Amino acid sequence: MLLEVKDLNVYYGAIHALQGISFNVKEGEIVSLIGANGAGKSTTLRALSGLIRPRSGSITFRGEDITLAPAEKIVQLGISHVPEGRKIFAPLTVRENLEMGAYIIKDKSEINRMMERVFLSFPRLRERLSQLGGTLSGGEQQMLATGRGLMNKPTLILLDEPSMGLSPIMVEEIFRIIKEINQEGTSILLVEQNAQMALSVAHRAYVLETGRITLSGPAKEIADNPQVKEAYLGV
Amino acid sequence: MQSVSKPQKPPVIVSPNSFLAWIGKIFLLVIGLFAVYILAINLFDKPYLFAQNVINGIQLGFVYALIALGYTMVYGIVKLINFAHGDVFMVSAFVSFFAVERFALHQWPQRLFPGFNPSLSTVIGTVTTILLSMVICVLLAITIERVAYKPLREAPRIAALITAIGVSFFLEYFGLLNFVFSARYIPYQRPFEVVTWYIKDGIHLVESGVTPPDGAITISNILIIIIFATILVQIFLQYLVRRTKIGIAMRATSFDKPTARLMGIQVDKVISFTFAIGASFAALGGVLYAIAYPSIRTLMGVYPGLKAFVAAVLGGIGSIPGAFVGALIMGQAEAMTSGYISTPMRDAIAFSILILVLLIKPTGIFGEPEKEKA
Ligand SMILES: Nc1ncnc2c1ncn2[C@@H]1O[C@H](COP(=O)(O)OP(=O)(O)O)[C@@H](O)[C@H]1O
Ligand SMILES: [Mg+2]
Repeated sequence: MLLEVKDLNVYYGAIHALQGISFNVKEGEIVSLIGANGAGKSTTLRALSGLIRPRSGSITFRGEDITLAPAEKIVQLGISHVPEGRKIFAPLTVRENLEMGAYIIKDKSEINRMMERVFLSFPRLRERLSQLGGTLSGGEQQMLATGRGLMNKPTLILLDEPSMGLSPIMVEEIFRIIKEINQEGTSILLVEQNAQMALSVAHRAYVLETGRITLSGPAKEIADNPQVKEAYLGV
Repeated sequence: MQSVSKPQKPPVIVSPNSFLAWIGKIFLLVIGLFAVYILAINLFDKPYLFAQNVINGIQLGFVYALIALGYTMVYGIVKLINFAHGDVFMVSAFVSFFAVERFALHQWPQRLFPGFNPSLSTVIGTVTTILLSMVICVLLAITIERVAYKPLREAPRIAALITAIGVSFFLEYFGLLNFVFSARYIPYQRPFEVVTWYIKDGIHLVESGVTPPDGAITISNILIIIIFATILVQIFLQYLVRRTKIGIAMRATSFDKPTARLMGIQVDKVISFTFAIGASFAALGGVLYAIAYPSIRTLMGVYPGLKAFVAAVLGGIGSIPGAFVGALIMGQAEAMTSGYISTPMRDAIAFSILILVLLIKPTGIFGEPEKEKA
């Protein structure tokens, strides 16, 4: 098991945002976490990457307990988090953004190799290298955010709503790349409101409703579930 | 035919606010014209005196620039006005004072190796003294950050601001105690002789005890050193911030701390590093200032600190080029006020500039309006 989450509870002050959720991700999988706005999807990813401390429960990554590990350490272990809203460093150039993605890598030539690898998936970033991150279009920013997340050679990448605010063509493009990243061996935990797209690429999925997991199973089964169809797929 | 009644235009009222703003603008215009007038007649009346004032202003402005960088960098990364920064400047002057006066550190090569070239010994010794002051001030600033500011990282900003004022008072008034330094001015022993030249029909050395002739402009070796040191610092800083990994991480951290952590950046270390860099520049400024104006006391950092702070606000707090430009303007404003109005007025001018900036363009010359972040 790559990632194992057990009975996780997270609070924001008095708000009980995650109410004892358990799930897992196996090596090589795309696992999707779908749910409405405010269900707790982003909170789950923030807890995994160490940005917020869970009150109780456990997170185990490759057998190591990382429940209370700080964010800086979790990246080192191989989890990369591409946050919601992309969170590009606007005053930094595209190149500098990518270099920050590889902050934990010391070897310069290794960084250059990773950058070339990122350009294979996102050729448009190469043309924009010296442009400031804040001047990119929404789609380009999502490419940069995803590319930046890949720069540190993660074992598991956490993607928070990569399709948010993008045109249908860009959405197709991003999901094609997500599959590609996965085929090259990176496991993916994908958080989406766009359930249809998410279920079409994922192996397995979990449905999150106000801080609880209400449904789980192979992505195809979830997509065929009548309640899911009604609530998330707009059928 | 009946026309549909249109909504009435609201009557034009002169709001008291816009009225006041107009009075303010006219007032400013009058003051500005008056200042230009004074400067112009003096420029034509005695150009050499005007040039001398410009040079005096450059010397002050470059020292203020060294201090202002620390204010602006620290503000950029933790949104804190580090009021103890001017006192780090003072501590540096005292460290170099003891190094020179008690331990003759400025002459160590010659004392260790008799027969060592005396001028080379002075150069190496002085650089050593400056480096020692810088190192001690870096340690001081890192300690202040750890002890006083870091525990307040998540607290409301005003808490850290009040703490900064407290740290500043502590450093100043601890030194003021009678068994420490007391309130007196202490003559500062320079690590090297100040050499002065005057410019009139060529450049001539000013002999000791001889006043330069009327109409001469004087410059000194310390002026040249201050200019060179500040320009070197600017180049170094641009290189650091643009080209090095830690410098890019500083910019990333000041923009968005949680995302910086997701990259693996150790935000606390980057913040410490920023305080350290700022303190080292202020320390360099402290030694050079003491050499240029050789009398030190524990309150000596107060006014230069406040003026450098005004310079940083004027340039746009958070902006490195802004701090430099703001400091040069502050230096000129102060030198012109001392030269043409009165010496005590120079401090009033500094704060008048602060008030004007806050009224007219609070974001300063290079500042951008504060962005809202989620
Ligand atoms: N910083 C915060 N402070 C307080 N409450 C928050 C914060 N972030 C999220 N929440 C609350 O936690 C719940 C889950 O939010 P989130 O994880 O962002 O949902 P999702 O990503 O599924 O839309 C929501 O009720 C939201 O209002
Ligand atoms: Mg979310």
